[in-house]
Amino acid sequence: MSGGFFSRGFRGRRRPVEQGTQLPPGQYLVEGFPVLSAGPTPRTPLEEEWDFSIIGEVDEPRRWTWKEFQALPSEEITRDIHCVTKWSKLGTRWEGVSVDTLLEGVETAAEFVMAFCDGGYTTNMPLEEVIGGKAWVAYAYEGEPLEPEHGGPVRLLVPHLYFWKSAKWVRGLRLLNHDEPGFWESLGYHNHGDPWREQRYWGD
Amino acid sequence: MIPGVSSATGGTSAVAVQPRRLSWQLAEVVEVVPETPRTRSLVLEVAGWKGHKAGQHVDIRLTAEDGYQAQRSYSIASAPEDERLVLTVERLEDGEVSPYLTDVLMAGDKLELRGPIGGYFAWEAKDGGPLLLVAGGSGVVPLMAMLRHRAAVSSDVPARLLYSSRSYEEIIYRKELERLVAQDGSLEVIHTLTRSRPKGWSSYHRRIDLKMLKEVGPPPAERLLAFICGPTPLVEGVATALVEIGHDTLYVKTERFGPTGGGG
Repeated sequence: MSGGFFSRGFRGRRRPVEQGTQLPPGQYLVEGFPVLSAGPTPRTPLEEEWDFSIIGEVDEPRRWTWKEFQALPSEEITRDIHCVTKWSKLGTRWEGVSVDTLLEGVETAAEFVMAFCDGGYTTNMPLEEVIGGKAWVAYAYEGEPLEPEHGGPVRLLVPHLYFWKSAKWVRGLRLLNHDEPGFWESLGYHNHGDPWREQRYWGD
Repeated sequence: MIPGVSSATGGTSAVAVQPRRLSWQLAEVVEVVPETPRTRSLVLEVAGWKGHKAGQHVDIRLTAEDGYQAQRSYSIASAPEDERLVLTVERLEDGEVSPYLTDVLMAGDKLELRGPIGGYFAWEAKDGGPLLLVAGGSGVVPLMAMLRHRAAVSSDVPARLLYSSRSYEEIIYRKELERLVAQDGSLEVIHTLTRSRPKGWSSYHRRIDLKMLKEVGPPPAERLLAFICGPTPLVEGVATALVEIGHDTLYVKTERFGPTGGGG
């Protein structure tokens, strides 16, 4: 809407860095790392209970214990991240296992994936959004083990989509032949969530 | 403030609703009400507003004359039953949007918004209780919408609000909360002040902790619905304590904000 509308007396604060940096529409820069979660932070004992699994439409489910997971080849990732609540953070540094590594040798005809997490959170994506060097399961942030409130021990990292897709406390990926909405996707948030196309909510 | 989304979690029961496009619309500012030294309520007339649930928020978009835009999210303070949509905004000293809303905007101005947004951190009287609402600072706003809704429909669901403010002067909605409590035997409001307190203050004067939650909240045997809203340390602390006390994580819903978290 708003053809010609402007807010009387509003100038805005354009930080120097924002002038030289391209941000997705409607986003603003933050220096800190805000925490947003819908419920209490889960704490699963790593040695005894934690595992990561690939299940669903696959030839054979895969499962890694914490020890096995840490032994997988890892990558360092530096990316900008964009939260649907409007903040963006530039050049965040992560370390984790590429989803490509986790799916190596998996036979599947699935086209969609549902990430599932401790606490019951889920988020859905087309499989092609998490393969080809676009997604990781990260266990370190800025050189330190990922803190529980930011999703530790591991969180999904899909930086090219809004950050709710980068599910905290992720425990596995369920491969699916059909798409189904995850937690926020059922509650009014966009099914795909591309920040550059400002896909925040249903119908965007 | 905002609903948890940076990659949220927790809670399983998502209720599918029919997609509806959220379009930007122009609201008119009918009144700006000072609440505390740092907060103002914006009373808005929104033509064709489709209604909301207590706990939801809206996105606000400001546009400068040269086309530069800034967006932020703000919780709705009014009950769905209220005639006008009310947002309560806290002025953040280093904010880009909130100082405009609290200091510049006045009656007669127009404001672009879209919503309502967020279906998880929301409560309707039919959801039942007992309710435990825990607020830090302006985190009380979406919880106030719940209490206003509860009063508007004369719900007798037992409700307790544990509300942490820095000082007596910074308690938002203090008089209205007193009125609500006076006319409703099943509502309790418990204040705690963390920085300064007036002479003769007999309630809590420390940060919310496990002991306080045990004293204030219903025992875990009662399946309560908890809504916690405030700065991250408060929310993390309270949610963890409630789980420790024995409450079911499924019924503990959180919403966090901070100077960079979305209040803007």
